[in-house]
Amino acid sequence: MERFPCQGLRILDFSWIYTGPIVTKFLANAGAQVVKVESPRGPDDLRGYAPYRDGIPGINRSTFFAYYNDSKLGVTIDLANPKGRELATRLIQWCDVFVEAFRPGTLEKWGLSYEDVRKVKPDVIMISFTMQGQTGPNCRQPTFGAFFQSLVGFTNLVGWPDEPPMPPVGAYPDFIGPWLVLIAILSALDYRRRNGKGLHIDISQLETSLQFLAPALLDFRVNGRIQTRQGYYSGRAAPHGVYRCKGDDRWCALAVYNDKQWIALCEIIGKPELIRDQKFATVTSRMENRLALDKVVERWTVEHTAEEVMSLMQSAGIAAGVVQNGRDLLERDPQLKHREHWTLLNHPEIGEHFAEVPPYKFSSLVVKPRHGAPCLGEHNEYVCKQLLEMSDDEFIEYLEKGAFG
Amino acid sequence: MSTQEALQLLGAYRVLDLTDEKGFLCGRILGDLGADVIKIEKSGGDTSRNIGPFYQNIPDPSKSLYWFVYNASKRGVTLDLETSDGQDIFRRLVKTADFVIESFSPGYMASLGLGYSELRKISPRLIMVAITPFGQTGPYRGYVGSDLVLSALGGLSHLCGEEDGAPLRISGVGQAYLQAGAQAAVAALMAHYDRLVSGEGTYIDISIQECLCWTTELAIPLWSANKEIFKRRGIYQKRGGPRYRRIFKCKDGYITYAVQAGRMTGPMHARLVKIMDEQGMAGDMKDVDWAKLSMSEISEEDLARWEALLDKFFAKYTKAEIQQMAVEHQLIACPVNDIEDISKYVQLEARDYWVALDHPELNAKITYPGFWFKTDKGDCGIRSRAPLVGEHNSEIYEGELGFSKEELDVLRQAGVI
Repeated sequence: MERFPCQGLRILDFSWIYTGPIVTKFLANAGAQVVKVESPRGPDDLRGYAPYRDGIPGINRSTFFAYYNDSKLGVTIDLANPKGRELATRLIQWCDVFVEAFRPGTLEKWGLSYEDVRKVKPDVIMISFTMQGQTGPNCRQPTFGAFFQSLVGFTNLVGWPDEPPMPPVGAYPDFIGPWLVLIAILSALDYRRRNGKGLHIDISQLETSLQFLAPALLDFRVNGRIQTRQGYYSGRAAPHGVYRCKGDDRWCALAVYNDKQWIALCEIIGKPELIRDQKFATVTSRMENRLALDKVVERWTVEHTAEEVMSLMQSAGIAAGVVQNGRDLLERDPQLKHREHWTLLNHPEIGEHFAEVPPYKFSSLVVKPRHGAPCLGEHNEYVCKQLLEMSDDEFIEYLEKGAFG
Repeated sequence: MSTQEALQLLGAYRVLDLTDEKGFLCGRILGDLGADVIKIEKSGGDTSRNIGPFYQNIPDPSKSLYWFVYNASKRGVTLDLETSDGQDIFRRLVKTADFVIESFSPGYMASLGLGYSELRKISPRLIMVAITPFGQTGPYRGYVGSDLVLSALGGLSHLCGEEDGAPLRISGVGQAYLQAGAQAAVAALMAHYDRLVSGEGTYIDISIQECLCWTTELAIPLWSANKEIFKRRGIYQKRGGPRYRRIFKCKDGYITYAVQAGRMTGPMHARLVKIMDEQGMAGDMKDVDWAKLSMSEISEEDLARWEALLDKFFAKYTKAEIQQMAVEHQLIACPVNDIEDISKYVQLEARDYWVALDHPELNAKITYPGFWFKTDKGDCGIRSRAPLVGEHNSEIYEGELGFSKEELDVLRQAGVI
């Protein structure tokens, strides 16, 4: 019988947009009970991001929001209201882990800092994550991942040497941070189990992101080299890059590391005479003449579909892969289908939509989306009565005093 | 900070790390957190020690900076798993192991008699993590992966690059295997959480391609909802309005900024406009109510004119000056830092982020990025520099498994260790 690994774990989630919601979605998919708290007047900004179902905006119609918030319970709490803060405190007492991404100083205003929270729950595990951490001269600098990736150093590494840099994606640090926050949470739970103590963990997305650039950082410290953008240059392989294929915006990535693969490639592209061509016969000569080499390869790839290129190259043991877009990933990729990477969920306003499954397959456990994302405040009553075990009267008092906004 | 002071967030769980670069990061993270990670290499050392850059640019297996970084916090032994002696020794190590992580081709461990079905007989509580490019089964099971190819098949490559130009990538450090290593650590710890209750181990099959899918952000909802393919736009971005620029030249490089409107970020742009206006450089931006305006109401001509004003303004300042302005005035601007800039960044210094790790074998100290996060109960830290080839053979094989020096000599000569 398969079970969810984090069954019984209770997460209180005060986060929004990408990083935090991805964290808590993964925990919810692992079986945790996640209560996502939103401000009634300023709910999760992601609710305001397109695409909307049928292009019609609405607080519960963003498929982008649905994508990162499945399997959670949704409540609204007005933290400016003392009854709202009281409700928040009760949820903190209920939870195992309290996750928040407010700007440093914000929770203090509401009497919900770590010091405050520890008084009502001494062994609380509180996870605070922001772009630059809780301390330091720039900790209150406003940042969104899309801009912040430039501060970290990723943007400078994208593009061609003689051209301006460009941002890698939407917000690349937001796709490193969640894994480290999850690791922090799961480790903290182990720590508490062994020591009986809670923790306040201060995560800076800058500090986690830099770990993914660490070899370049050491290269600078030790060798004085400032790594910069260099297209697809690889120190170890040529051809190495992305080559245009037949069709509109279709490309195949290709990497040849040794002579054996080079010979196979020459045969596939129908140019056996290149095998022993001085310009390309050895690894070093291929590296030296890589620009010419790229042209040779692309002259062939443009005559074939990306799928054909990949298939022919892979059959010969050469690393090759279609540059896949959203449609490829969702509908065409046979490996992702086999891995059941996508699943369908139902949502009251969006209807049926794709949800993504965390990338792990366990032999005896299951981690997967369980139900659709919450509508705003959808579970106010459920959370109060079922999770906090309030009576009807208690719940009504919170409602009438504006705790939910 | 010394390893004695370092916080042990995770107990000293024993991790047997058989990975190559596809999975180094998993063991590194667990080691930093407090686990006892043993990196197992074939005798003579792993071929991934040839990954550059190198210490003082000397391409030597004991000087790979990539190896240094992602194998710190691990001890190291050599072991040839293709010999029956090696397999026996491994089985003995598994008896006291909490985790095994490996990144061999699908079926390789099983072919050695060391697959999960065998190892769980030795230790039913074992958590075994297997990292491969596409997973253990499926039509691409035998496909060759690489950082580039997995980024392509995972959907990340498609998102980055110029409009009508080639997809591009983050140069310098391959991201695919790091994504997989981090995700593998998450999965291992989820299984560990379950094991605390159930007492049982499990086998975890990680596909690097699937890990890359998790970095694709808008691409999926866009197709799922609108049957629309995400369009690369280089230095531009487009969300419900005209295409707007995200990169501006400044005095000594580039910064990331964008004209913004709307409730959330409009006021931030208004603050910059005010500063520009004080220098008479705001043009007609000063007459706009940025909080009330929405991006979809802005025309391409207006935007072009406003971006030209920003060009003129930013040209007067350095990256550092603009960063300072952003902090002081709560602006959304960020410098496009290069590796040197970020290595000297005041915020990281203030948080004691950098750690000088001793490398006695080089007679040097090397500065590393420090630990991933801070806690109120102390900080985890890098426990040690990455191991030399077979550095802890004596400690583990003699000290723990009880081999004598003579026996180790025989094993060494036979190529078992």
